[in-house]
Amino acid sequence: VKKTVRVRYFAVLREQRGLDEETVATGASTAAELYEELRALHRFTLAAARLRVAVNDEFAPWATAVRDGDALAFLPPVAGG
Amino acid sequence: MDFRLTDRAIDPPALLAGMGDTRAGACATFEGRVRSQNDGRAVEALDYEAYGPLAEKEGEKIIGEARARFQVIAALCVHRTGSLALGDIAVWVAVTAAHRAAAFDACRYIIDEVKARLPIWKKEHYAGGASEWVNCAVRGPGE
Repeated sequence: VKKTVRVRYFAVLREQRGLDEETVATGASTAAELYEELRALHRFTLAAARLRVAVNDEFAPWATAVRDGDALAFLPPVAGG
Repeated sequence: MDFRLTDRAIDPPALLAGMGDTRAGACATFEGRVRSQNDGRAVEALDYEAYGPLAEKEGEKIIGEARARFQVIAALCVHRTGSLALGDIAVWVAVTAAHRAAAFDACRYIIDEVKARLPIWKKEHYAGGASEWVNCAVRGPGE
């Protein structure tokens, strides 16, 4: 069953995707599966091990289930300050 | 709000003016500024990009932690977004406390956690025209 989710991209991922955000129809069951799906599709250079994921504006584990209507963001290694 | 993102120049005197408190015998501040060198490369400018809602939540959480750990009267942290020039203030922290130890310790705690945890990214623009997202380089095959 396909779910519809919103995906936001930042920094290097935003540039590699060429978009700030998009709506994605996915069969992925977890955030990790969704990233692998998008990584293969868009040839993202960063492995999931170097990223964090946020679901609905909160940090979340990679094993978080993807639900219809969720907003996900894949966060490259940070560099504030 | 004790943590803020801003796309405008950070103005420490204006921010400090709001932190006056006669119980505070100490005020420690930290300014992170854009410097001209990083990893041996000449930096000409920086862009900061933030995941706004999550950065603000995490920033407030860090300040809450500092308040819980140290005897703080007030704490404020402001982080820039957008395009910055050399010497510009990228991040600013101020902590007031009755005594200096708590002010220094809380200020240090806040800046260290901010650098490690906030979803903010920095793109460096180098002399010669190249640019790179800091910490986002791919280290080897398979990555």
